[in-house]
Amino acid sequence: MDNLGLLLDGFGAVLTPENLLYAVIGVLLGTFVGVLPGIGPAMAVALLLPVTYGLEPISAFIMFAGIYYGGMYGGSTTAILLNTPGESASVMTALEGNLMARAGRAAQALATAAIGSFIAGTIGTLLVVFFAPALASVAVEIGAPTYFALMVLAMVMVTSVLGGSPLRGFIALFLGLTIGLVGLDLNTGQSRLSFDQPLLADRIDVVVVAVGIFALGEALWVAAHLRRNPAHVIPVGRPWMSRTDLKRSWGPWLRGTAYGFPFGALPAGGAEIPTFLSYITEKRIAARKGHDEFGQGAIEGVAGPEAANNASAAGTFVPLLALGLPVTATSAVMLAALQGYGIEPGPGLMTDQPELVWALLASLLIGNVLLLVLNLPLAPLWAKLLRIPRPQLYAGILFFAALGAYAANLQAFDLFLLLLLGLLGLMMRRFALPVLPLILGVILGPLMEFRLREAMAISGGDVSALWSEPLAIVIYVVVSIAVVAPFAVRRLRPAPAAVAEDQGLTSDDTHTEEKVR
Amino acid sequence: MSTPLDTPTDPGSAASSRSTPGPDRDLAQLGLAALLVVVGAYTFWEATTLRVGFGDPVGPRVFPYVIGAVTVLLGVLLAIATLRGDVPEAEGGEDIDLRHPADWTTVLKLVGVLLFTVLTISFLGWAVSGALLFVGSAWSLGSRTLLRDVIVGFVLSVASWYFFHEGLGVILPAGILDGVL
Repeated sequence: MDNLGLLLDGFGAVLTPENLLYAVIGVLLGTFVGVLPGIGPAMAVALLLPVTYGLEPISAFIMFAGIYYGGMYGGSTTAILLNTPGESASVMTALEGNLMARAGRAAQALATAAIGSFIAGTIGTLLVVFFAPALASVAVEIGAPTYFALMVLAMVMVTSVLGGSPLRGFIALFLGLTIGLVGLDLNTGQSRLSFDQPLLADRIDVVVVAVGIFALGEALWVAAHLRRNPAHVIPVGRPWMSRTDLKRSWGPWLRGTAYGFPFGALPAGGAEIPTFLSYITEKRIAARKGHDEFGQGAIEGVAGPEAANNASAAGTFVPLLALGLPVTATSAVMLAALQGYGIEPGPGLMTDQPELVWALLASLLIGNVLLLVLNLPLAPLWAKLLRIPRPQLYAGILFFAALGAYAANLQAFDLFLLLLLGLLGLMMRRFALPVLPLILGVILGPLMEFRLREAMAISGGDVSALWSEPLAIVIYVVVSIAVVAPFAVRRLRPAPAAVAEDQGLTSDDTHTEEKVR
Repeated sequence: MSTPLDTPTDPGSAASSRSTPGPDRDLAQLGLAALLVVVGAYTFWEATTLRVGFGDPVGPRVFPYVIGAVTVLLGVLLAIATLRGDVPEAEGGEDIDLRHPADWTTVLKLVGVLLFTVLTISFLGWAVSGALLFVGSAWSLGSRTLLRDVIVGFVLSVASWYFFHEGLGVILPAGILDGVL
């Protein structure tokens, strides 16, 4: 139980009154921003990055952990109370959650979501504690060729398996790779795609890219399509659960966790598939037991997918910490944040800076507890945030996006870049290009080039070195399966419309909107 | 986790045919395809101007060559898909109403406000520029409570200035309020 001892050391480093204060601030800020309509967890983390600039790494981590879980929880609150999931991970939660809320059981829906997130997050983080070091110790042994193959795998998985249209996914990926090219070439010191701008030669800050694409792009897209009459918010009291609710929830919580973690930990990542699987499973189990409330607001349909969502979020820390591979938009932003502290996630991280890793993992557990303690009583307050008038809300998002991009380097030029990237984000939403492959391309592109050149320099230019390691060959086989698989996988993919019809809800988009009004 | 909502492009899917009863071809996509071709070609061309170093078998050119070439190819593929009737399903969201045509005037106003911020921030400083950014954006988005917006904007920008200054040790430019803050 060496890992547990190290984790306890991590707690020792984190548990100071000052750090706990940062954790509380992080949870509150994260939930505050995450609850705001139109802001998903990735955008919440990106927008709040600058808040941690002046802090010590450990204090910053604990604040991040709070922001991260707070942002996730805030997203499910919006889904339940507004029936408009801001991201694919909470589509399933919104289905039954909003029905519960309309049936006057909003408090129970929020409670089962909060407790389920807590349980899944805690189990998930503990699993990271056991898996990540093991994986990292294997990863230290692997060479540049395997590393290169892994990055190809992550890109192909995210682009072709998770997206709706592989063509659009690859367009987004290559736009990201192009952005990643901008700046000085590491070996020869020549600048690429910099148009003789010294500020561009410095490479584009990933934070500026994330804020531009997520926050500004989203705000501009909303501005073009702003709903004339705001959606109806369901009022909510303090979340609580009866004994029966609890009895009905714990099974879905644990099963959801079991679905979520492996999907998060695999490079194929994402919470879309596990939340869908959890939803289907709970529906079947309820039907078999004979008390199928699905379609009228079944608490199992909130408990399971929420747990799956959070367990998968915890699982993404395994590839992130052990391999330096982000597989979701939020973990991509987290990676950018870690890099901001001069920390290069990857196989070396666990051995080079163990105290930071264990402090981060301890922070995640603490953030999880705080989330539960703070948010159960505060839920009615958060629900009020959903009523902020939209012009001021999006003006505020623009304000903080500009602040975040500007505070990083204090360059007006960064604001200009932010504007350009925001327009790119707007264009991507207009043409339905997925955002995640682009961010992944920006982050992984330069790393990939570095590994490729390292591998080639060692082999003296012999291309066959790329498949000289057995593990690399295995990964390339998986990649080629992944390219073919989408056609098969698409049958398994969650199609919200189909699920709704399955329930006799007839809730195609227009209908839902009518009801929401 | 926040990948955009499901965007199946299969025109037969129930959701896409009902929620976007748009034209059966989206010719604006050809603009995106053209942009991809231009960006890819430029990336490729620029790579030819790079010098190759010593003892570096890959060199600085390979990546831009591959990325540029594939980007051009993707642009061509997108153009073909568009002409064959591929329609994007625009992303929905909490505050988004896709049934009305897009309101590009508001977007232009916001871009104008942001450009103004870019140009004036070094001179006016964050406290003033940030407040104007908030007020201008809220106004562009349809708010007509000008006085309240001005107050909120100034409170936000001055508070964030002090927060960064005192709490984080990051000194945002004070601009014309130098000495006042």
